Amino acid sequence: MSTLAEVPPVKNKREVLDQAVIRFAGDSGDGMQITGSQFTNTAALYGNDIATFPDYPAEIRAPAGTIPGVSGFQLHFSSNEVYTPGDAIDVLIAMNPAALKVNVADLKANGILIVNSDSFKEGDLRKAQMTSNPLEDHSLDKFRLFSVELERLTRRSLEHLGLDAKSMDRCKNFFALGMCYWLYNRSMDPTVRWIEDKFKNKPLLVEANKLALKGGYSYCEATEAFQISYEIPPAQLTPGLYRSMSGNQALALGFVTASQKSGLRLFQGSYPITPASDILHELSQYKDFGVMTFQAEDEIAAITSAIGAAYAGALAITTTSGPGMALKTEALGLAVAVEIPLVICDIQRGGPSTGLPTKTEQADLLQALFGRNSEAPIPVLAAATPADCFWVAIEACRIAVKYMVPVIILSDGYLANGAEPWRIPELKDIPDFPVKFASDPVSFLPYKRDPHTLARPWAVPGTPGLEHRIGGLEKQDPTGNINYEPLNHENMVRVRAAKVAAVAQDIPNVLPAGDPEGDLLIVAWGSTCGSITAALKAQRAKGRRIGHLHLRHLNPLPSNLGEVLKRYKKVLVPELNMGQLLWVLRAKFLVDAVGLNKIQGRPFKQAELDQKIEEMLGL
Amino acid sequence: MGTATLPPPLTKKDFQTDQEVRWCPGCGDYAILSAVQSVFPELGIKRENFVVVSGIGCSSRFPYYMNTFGFHTIHGRAPAVATGIKAIRPDLEVWVATGDGDALSIGGNHTIHMLRRNVGIKVLLFNNKIYGLTKGQYSPTSEYNKKTKSTPFGSLDRPFNPISLAIGSEATFVARSVDVFQGHLKETLKHAAAHRGSAFVEILQNCNIFNDGAWFSLTERDARSEHVIQLEHGKPLVFGKNRDKGIRRKPDGDIEVVQFGNGITESDLVVHDAHHPRPSYAFLLSHMEHRPGFPTPIGVFRAWDDLPRYEDVMNQQIKDVIAKRGPGDLGKLLRAGDTWEVK
Repeated sequence: MSTLAEVPPVKNKREVLDQAVIRFAGDSGDGMQITGSQFTNTAALYGNDIATFPDYPAEIRAPAGTIPGVSGFQLHFSSNEVYTPGDAIDVLIAMNPAALKVNVADLKANGILIVNSDSFKEGDLRKAQMTSNPLEDHSLDKFRLFSVELERLTRRSLEHLGLDAKSMDRCKNFFALGMCYWLYNRSMDPTVRWIEDKFKNKPLLVEANKLALKGGYSYCEATEAFQISYEIPPAQLTPGLYRSMSGNQALALGFVTASQKSGLRLFQGSYPITPASDILHELSQYKDFGVMTFQAEDEIAAITSAIGAAYAGALAITTTSGPGMALKTEALGLAVAVEIPLVICDIQRGGPSTGLPTKTEQADLLQALFGRNSEAPIPVLAAATPADCFWVAIEACRIAVKYMVPVIILSDGYLANGAEPWRIPELKDIPDFPVKFASDPVSFLPYKRDPHTLARPWAVPGTPGLEHRIGGLEKQDPTGNINYEPLNHENMVRVRAAKVAAVAQDIPNVLPAGDPEGDLLIVAWGSTCGSITAALKAQRAKGRRIGHLHLRHLNPLPSNLGEVLKRYKKVLVPELNMGQLLWVLRAKFLVDAVGLNKIQGRPFKQAELDQKIEEMLGL
Repeated sequence: MGTATLPPPLTKKDFQTDQEVRWCPGCGDYAILSAVQSVFPELGIKRENFVVVSGIGCSSRFPYYMNTFGFHTIHGRAPAVATGIKAIRPDLEVWVATGDGDALSIGGNHTIHMLRRNVGIKVLLFNNKIYGLTKGQYSPTSEYNKKTKSTPFGSLDRPFNPISLAIGSEATFVARSVDVFQGHLKETLKHAAAHRGSAFVEILQNCNIFNDGAWFSLTERDARSEHVIQLEHGKPLVFGKNRDKGIRRKPDGDIEVVQFGNGITESDLVVHDAHHPRPSYAFLLSHMEHRPGFPTPIGVFRAWDDLPRYEDVMNQQIKDVIAKRGPGDLGKLLRAGDTWEVK
């Protein structure tokens, strides 16, 4: 629903662009995440393609005005398809000197820089460890600098409401947002609606935030501060109904969908951990779908309660990040041994240990593949984009119940919090996967397997005649009785491995994007998809023969992967780790693949990929 | 409906499996197994609705010998697994078999949280004050200065009192029995079975290999009546070979042991109230055994069943939300929030 017509007419010069990258940066108390999300929502509703990068500190409120307290939200919106939040930014909104200092290096020359000049006093500069005022020392001359007294102007817009100074100052982010809406000719309506809903029980705050928003918009119009405004027409996306979707939200919706498609109750056992907690927040709202969420006493109880729920016949999941994943390790082995369906989400973050709780990384791949005692293979899937999390959640559940295995989903902080437009699927297009519990006592044996999938029966307690015992001790095939015989153990280890390997029969052959054969194949997984897609497009436009294979299935790997690797002269594996998929590919396929590795808590920039690709092509 | 259509009543044999029991000959676990197999058929519950869950340790082999649904999980985690089972299937009768190491050391966290939530699970804690399966290290209930394989110069930890811990977690049912007191044990198990909320039963159990005689002072025939006091709801706290001693309240709220005579009679004694809504009195009782001259209580310390079960509350909340909002419409959920159409 385009709202272009509702935008007030403007007399200034208007320029049509095909894309822009905007970053809101301020103190973690300045509401930058909300401001960024609002702009994102408005851009998405208008029909632009979008990619976002929220980047915030682990501390809820680091000391105000300091470098560690800086929170940022970057949005790339375009009339074309976008794949990344953008390398360099066109517009930077800096609410204080610290935010300016942290972010200004990414601003393009001649880029628009809006600063809150009210927070550039001596004390503010000191907190940001600045010795001179950048607004006065000409260090910002290469940018189009707009010094705006955000606090004073916001207060002036709100002075008649009788709010205290602190409450008025808390609205300044909406003043800045109003300015950005003017700059990009956007309707304020979606944000006005959001404000009305968000503060519906606090009419004074509705009024204050609306006035601040409109104050910012009118300020630009009245002062003609910007001589130019921009228009970025809607993108030509595949027809359909869209909404903006983040990775964690998509996982939650995927699990609810899987619950309905399988006819199973959804049970989530979870312990709060950044950046996975939002999945728990989201699913705990869906009680009307029969979803049962259990905030356990620790990570171990989170997974073991889910194992109990799965044993009792639920579609059970547990959601965590790397440190929690480490704690769940022993229970994962139990799930492997008792062969029950379970989905484990690891929303990766920087490590080791507590590491970088709010920053992204892809360094849990080997943990997911191998991080258990003994031979304990588990299927591993990875989502490539925020919206892809929806489909990965459904596929993980389908594999789990079909093969009676735990399945690990790898997402990461970037996917979890990043958003993109999501074409809402038709429910009828998503296949059902009804589950049949064992019920016939005559032929029942706990470890008698389906010849096609090697799955054992799912025999839930309460079923007459199916009383049986399972546990972590080695089982006799197929009775499930305790058995320590050497050959039985070897057989069971091999059968469990064969069962996971059999999942490959459900994985379609992979086809690289770009050139089907050529000089270079980029093989990757997870959240790097966007940057690589952008780089691939740019490089191929220059005539380079490159393919890009983005793996969703990391265990088992697609059956034709080895053959695809041979069609290219060189193989590049970019990862936000020290080379974990690289290690797997080299070991498994004896391919002389090369890594591009970045471990900075941030996604790849397209330029970093371009440089490596050109280096490998000898350019 | 003629009586011919009724299934034959269940017997002890129906709860025995064909698996060879692998506890050491003379182990107290045999007596506990036998008591449980005797009590289960009397509960009027279908066999397929029993689930026995355990962690790791000698006691945790229990499920393999019970012909019910059984889940031998990992060390310390049985209460959490059982919570997941109960959440999804509140109708099932879930019993956890655990030991002093499993429940109070590696699994201490799950034990206290299960109890505070009042999940409708029966927990049998086999307390032999030793690590048996790993061949003889001290446990969290071992007495101070215990010499074991891992503490040749004596252990330095103060022991947990499992009953105090359970009451401190505000468990709604807390009881103690002894492996060799078969009659008392069965009665205690029946009391536990009748409780809807979390039922915590400590069973003093002899490990004849690594800690033989740990409870002899309570179980030897001569000592028994002097050192053990049986708690029975509504009855005064009397003990002694001649039943001439008892527990009396002191003016400061504490308790003391008194000898009958000199004007002291049974009517001066504390009358046991297991149904008190607050746990303070039961906690006071749980500390008796640590005090010189006091007996060790067995029986039901606390049985207050007015607190709703966690699994019921969980499921009720879902029903309430559905009643208020109607059953969820997935199509609507996927289309929730701001959407836009691309043509």
